[in-house]
Amino acid sequence: MNHSRRAVLKTGGGAGVLGLLFAAGIARPGEVFAQGAGLNAFAMKSVPEALRALGAQGPAVSAAIQIKAPEIAENGAVVPIGIESNLPGTESITLLIEKNPQPLAASFSIPAGTEPSVSTRVKIGESSDVYALVKADGKFYMAKKEIKITLGGCGG
Amino acid sequence: MMRRTMAAAVLAAGAVLGAAAQSNPEAEIAKYREALAAGNPAELWEARGEALWKQKRGPKAASLEACDLGKGAGVVNGAYAELPRYFADADRVMDLETRLVHCMVALQGLRFEDATKRPFGAGTNRSDFESLAAWITAESRGVTMNVALSHPKEREAYQLGEKMFYFRGGPHDFACATCHAENSKRIRLQDLPNLTEKAGAQLAYTTWPAYRVSQGELRTFQWRLNDCYRQQRFPDLKFASDASIALTAFLARNANGATFNAPAIKR
Amino acid sequence: MADPMRIRAAERDGVVNVKILMSHEMETGQRKDGSGKIVPAHFISKVTATHQGRTVLSAQWGPAVAKNPFLEFNFKGGKKGDRIAITWEDNKGETRTDETTIN
Repeated sequence: MNHSRRAVLKTGGGAGVLGLLFAAGIARPGEVFAQGAGLNAFAMKSVPEALRALGAQGPAVSAAIQIKAPEIAENGAVVPIGIESNLPGTESITLLIEKNPQPLAASFSIPAGTEPSVSTRVKIGESSDVYALVKADGKFYMAKKEIKITLGGCGG
Repeated sequence: MMRRTMAAAVLAAGAVLGAAAQSNPEAEIAKYREALAAGNPAELWEARGEALWKQKRGPKAASLEACDLGKGAGVVNGAYAELPRYFADADRVMDLETRLVHCMVALQGLRFEDATKRPFGAGTNRSDFESLAAWITAESRGVTMNVALSHPKEREAYQLGEKMFYFRGGPHDFACATCHAENSKRIRLQDLPNLTEKAGAQLAYTTWPAYRVSQGELRTFQWRLNDCYRQQRFPDLKFASDASIALTAFLARNANGATFNAPAIKR
Repeated sequence: MADPMRIRAAERDGVVNVKILMSHEMETGQRKDGSGKIVPAHFISKVTATHQGRTVLSAQWGPAVAKNPFLEFNFKGGKKGDRIAITWEDNKGETRTDETTIN
């Protein structure tokens, strides 16, 4: 709830939500007021909550955001995902995985001169939609793609 | 639970729509494998392996740089593509791991028990063999498999390996051949190579070692055999044993003519 | 001290492609070990890439990034021979910086 968060921040952290986050290893002191993705966004357990924590409620769907990922990943432990934004003024690219216990996976800040396109690999717990959230010219946009996770066999 | 349902649904959809549509999940999985190929975490093991090869260790404070992997002391390039092979100084056919153990003992003064303490790694508990194998096999990437059968002991090892391949045993009455002697077999969605045919044998052998994403580890051919034995509920296939060498010799020789292409990346 | 990263930076037509492999367990903090105890979370939480001291990418990560993380991006303005540095920091405060030359 917002009011308890404000209260904790006012009292300078320690016990409460921040203490829990520090203990869980989700955040470190000093990162509390970091730029970009708010630290508590990583702790959120649903996409809407994470978007709210990122200040990105109700992002417009945009076809200018491309998610490059296989439709089927043999193993959810390593799923390659590339996100490319063709929106002018792209400042950040953020990846969320809906069905993961904590959907926010990674957030990238794109300075001027860097192409708005990143590739990485993530863990996906079960077949899930993945969301690419882009901040461009101060506004948020998104795209999504479904990735199926299979069980492989025992060899190979 | 959900994953199994999805896999079953994918398979069912494929089966209903016939051969053409069935290639769809396979094509997507091929895309998945391809996407992983660039930036193979195996490179992290290769870097460690190269450092280990050159590091002075053991009571003799020596590196492995004088180790003869079959092509001369210190010659690593192309060596893996000719293993297993007969080594006169040990009067024995050896695969890569056995030869490394030999050099660790002879050159570095390590005791056999200490050298073979950790054949396979787990997380931060690393196995030197996996790192060394990653680098040494990388030095055979692009080389044509060329395992010789010129020495009587090499022929003996091959024949023993062949017998082992077809030997049925264990509580499931399995042999390697049970899973690997027919085309188009699979376990769930994992294709099983037919190791009795040239193409299958070549593809299988030339893609180990591999970074296995399901474990987050670099696994060698010794590991693959060991794990197959475990899955068949066979007794433990001892690391660097004559049995493991024989089976490796059989499978490596059957891959002759193929281009070695590891370390690879696998599910 | 953590294992070194593998960094490849190649310039073509004014664009530098950077590929990085980092050695890190990326433990989620949700896994249990053999005895049933939770393996504590241990993951890279921040990544910074600089070109001649200027940040060309910064990232914040959660534990969902895969073990032995891979990262690829492109930026303009780098020339062959320039130095690139990549730094990661994890949730335990461990950090690692590696550099490479653009080729």
